[in-house]
Amino acid sequence: MPVFIPRNVDELVDVFQNHPSAKLLAGGTDFMVEVNLHGRKPDTMISLRKVKELTEWSVRTSQTRITIGAGVPFAEMEFGEIARLVPALAQAARTVGSPQIRAAGTLGGNLGTCSPAGDSLPVLAALNATIHVIGPEGSRDIDFVDFMVGVKKNCLQTSEFVHSVSMPIVDGWQGYAKVGTRNAMVISTASACLVRDSDEGFVSIALGSVGPTIIRAHNAEAWLMKTTSLRAGAQLEASVAQEFGRRVSLESRPIDDHRSTADYRRHAIGVLAQRLLTRSFS
Amino acid sequence: MTSTISSTGQRHGTLGTSASRPDGVTKVQGGFAFSSDMWADNMLWGATLRSPHPYARVLAIDVSGAYAIDGVATVVTAADVPGKLTYGLIVQDQPVFAAIGDTVRYSGEPIAAVAADHPETCQRALAAIKVTYEVLTPVTDPEDCIAGTAAMIHPDGNIFRHQRIISGDTSIEGVIQVEGEYEIGMQDQAFLGLESALAIPDSGGQGLEMYVATQWLHEDRKQIADCLNLPEEKIRLVLGGVGGAFGAREDISLQVHTALLAMKAGRPVRISYGREESFYGHVHRHPAKIWMKHHADANGKIVKIESRMVFDGGAYCSTSPAVLINGITHTQGPYKCENAIVDGWAVRTNNPPCGAMRGFGVVQACFAHESQMEKLATAVGVSPVEIRLLNAMETGDRMITGQIMDSVAPVAQCIRETDAIPMPVPLENSADLRTIPGGTGLTAQPSNIRRGVGWGVSIKNLMYSEGFDDFSTARCRISNGVVTIKFATSEVGQGFTMLAQQIARTVLGVDEVILDTIDTQVGSAGSTSASRQTWMSGGAVQAACHAALAQLFDHVATKFEMTRSEIEIDGTDIMDRLTQRRVSVSDAISEIDIDCTEEYHHPPTEDLDKNGQGNCHVAYAFVAHRAVVDVDPELGLIKVVQIATAQDVGRVLNPLAAMGQIEGGIAQGLGLAVMEEIIVKDGKVRNPSFTDYLLPTFLDAPAVEMVFIEEHEPKSPLGAKGIGEPPCISVTPAIANAIRQAVGRELPRVPIRPYDICL
Repeated sequence: MPVFIPRNVDELVDVFQNHPSAKLLAGGTDFMVEVNLHGRKPDTMISLRKVKELTEWSVRTSQTRITIGAGVPFAEMEFGEIARLVPALAQAARTVGSPQIRAAGTLGGNLGTCSPAGDSLPVLAALNATIHVIGPEGSRDIDFVDFMVGVKKNCLQTSEFVHSVSMPIVDGWQGYAKVGTRNAMVISTASACLVRDSDEGFVSIALGSVGPTIIRAHNAEAWLMKTTSLRAGAQLEASVAQEFGRRVSLESRPIDDHRSTADYRRHAIGVLAQRLLTRSFS
Repeated sequence: MTSTISSTGQRHGTLGTSASRPDGVTKVQGGFAFSSDMWADNMLWGATLRSPHPYARVLAIDVSGAYAIDGVATVVTAADVPGKLTYGLIVQDQPVFAAIGDTVRYSGEPIAAVAADHPETCQRALAAIKVTYEVLTPVTDPEDCIAGTAAMIHPDGNIFRHQRIISGDTSIEGVIQVEGEYEIGMQDQAFLGLESALAIPDSGGQGLEMYVATQWLHEDRKQIADCLNLPEEKIRLVLGGVGGAFGAREDISLQVHTALLAMKAGRPVRISYGREESFYGHVHRHPAKIWMKHHADANGKIVKIESRMVFDGGAYCSTSPAVLINGITHTQGPYKCENAIVDGWAVRTNNPPCGAMRGFGVVQACFAHESQMEKLATAVGVSPVEIRLLNAMETGDRMITGQIMDSVAPVAQCIRETDAIPMPVPLENSADLRTIPGGTGLTAQPSNIRRGVGWGVSIKNLMYSEGFDDFSTARCRISNGVVTIKFATSEVGQGFTMLAQQIARTVLGVDEVILDTIDTQVGSAGSTSASRQTWMSGGAVQAACHAALAQLFDHVATKFEMTRSEIEIDGTDIMDRLTQRRVSVSDAISEIDIDCTEEYHHPPTEDLDKNGQGNCHVAYAFVAHRAVVDVDPELGLIKVVQIATAQDVGRVLNPLAAMGQIEGGIAQGLGLAVMEEIIVKDGKVRNPSFTDYLLPTFLDAPAVEMVFIEEHEPKSPLGAKGIGEPPCISVTPAIANAIRQAVGRELPRVPIRPYDICL
């Protein structure tokens, strides 16, 4: 099996164009499980290890946006500057697997696999992140909500790859919470990211593992904005948080599987929404 | 050489010290050779084709496609088995491979095995074998088997064993009665070192050598020999490095398949399972449903217990009859009670086969009786501690089997010592959120959490029961100044190799003890199970060392003119108590050859009669657990904060190793309480991976505060009781009782799932 090791983005574009069936390998924490456990047999591999640009991240000089390369591992998002600027992403990154998995697994990998249980994805959805992709036809920016189109399905075209993800640095509270049946290293049965933009007076909430894609609870968001002030210094009534949870829950579309039940997921996502909103005011 | 003034040398690593393990450093550094690391020149890889159906008739098997693949050396099916077509520990009812015309009885049952030049080639070969099935409707409900309404899925029938216990005055009624129906899910042993075996045929093909990760070399050899139609002495089994067992290596898994492939190919063959295959390749803990009713007087004294227990044994017998007996004979728990009516069933279904796992039937019974004790305490209006102390069993009590408790039985002491362990500090508002329920998921604030406290106390039989003579053998050789100990005791991670050295050092007064290869070149040691090896193989090693010591003393008395009856080991010297003359052991053994092999047998036991009466067990050990658990009632998530425990260990032989057994057992019992379950639907395992079969992580593990109750057991050769199983037994109901207390729900089933708590 041929393995290509491009040294920069241009070489990556070329080799992927010439080998459209190739699989991209970064951390391999999803893909190698497919190979080892499910007998998947790639015909060509492209290693992203030497494409340094993918592993970089930067903040716009105006301090309004952060751009994170697809090859940045979760371990790097847990602490330091990224964690300070996007704390919800750091919290989500901490819930990914074990230390070994977080050292290897990347943000781009989460987007490539596009599982509804992908831990970082609700954060990207809640922040209206933009996915910067590059392919033979050049580059384009895709809103996260348009990027993920189904269970383990994204809108990448042939020979297109995720280059980086850009998201706003929000003035206000943001947080992530994830329910699993053990206290670490677990696939989520329900997860949520809530971002409260105190400047704009808006709350966004995105839900993981309770539908075929990450779900933005737009109706609950709109109801909340109409019902109560979300700007800095505002107060939140407990009954509003509870009703918000109920409304978020109504927008989830969970299923029964061996990990949990639809009823529990529907219930848990409402509790998470209520608690995250309450936290954003405390 | 002799003197009266030489100082006594300090011995290291004797009994009672935390001697380090001979395999410790290599295991920590990654240099230890587990059985899956084994390699032989010219070795082929083996792999197994398994049925995707829980119940189906095999109409045809066409292996020609496999042979057409380059690199495939051989394929074996039922038609290639030269000897017995079936194997099994108690009843040989499990086919080596499902034969054409016969049925497969569980999803994952072996159909064929291939040997090829590469694991990849094996996978392609398996895919090229064509099997035609007539799919049948699986029998999955044990009650259908008991009622006789299920289709007969095996010529031996669908009932592995039915046993009653009728004891004392069964007409008695208690003024207080509590009852419940409890359910225990199917737990996996989940050892980390996966199944693996390497078989190397002798040149000439008349026999073979095998390296196997197993719990009992001699039993494996017997079953392999029967299936291969070879005399046992033509098969030499060597213990491959074992990474945990917990009961899952008691039954044959890949041993016969590997041997058949190697003999047919005339080349070494290794089979190593992956994690998913491991879920199909070994037996699991029996899921069980238990109804129990306790009758007590107004003070809470138990006067009668009624129970019905149903164990789902899955497709093949394995140890189901023995697991059932353990379950029903432990119905009363560690409490006084002579009156009982118990009805126990172990049945055959098309679910995965179940057999031995740490706790062996007692885990299930204990979950029921300890759930009942909590209900009884509430009904009587006393505390969980008071109800248990009131009923605590003592040495001399008559049990529901009629057997008299003749082990040291410090039940009340276990409870009191556990109760005296300080409670953890209350949950603080500033707590690290990762340490509260939800963990790294950051789902809760301390204000969302409720704390509960629960108790569990248990009794566990030690060694094999019902007339079985599970003896152990050890050999002590002293030659050219070197002490060598040999045994066939499986070291599965529990630390017997370390203990054997400690015993030899203590008895013989030497520092250096060489351990010979663990293989079948010495007599059987019995299985590393039933908390028995410290007692049984420890007894055998001690007996062999004492026999060697006696010969050494004879030699020393003559050579150094000491009084035979007055000499003893003093530190690293042999000393004559009368004359104070001494000689160092190392000098004394420098020129002699001693070779002693000894067997250790425990006292005989009896079968149960039709009313479940008989002295069926050898000895017992006890333990108490108190669990402090934080619960998020709204999300149903939990964190076990602390387990306090006092365990009846007889005597601590190695404090660090004892602590390890206790902490590990508690983690395993915690797993059963809140997360570990093989989910089976329509006869199929839905979560055969560590992604979905969840084991506790460090963030789930509690602080463990332990006390050893050291009352030497006079029946035990070292004064010690087995300590492997008790830690995992009553910790499960203790945690369940704590969750029940926190949320006020009955929660009759383990594992307790989040939605059981909050929906």
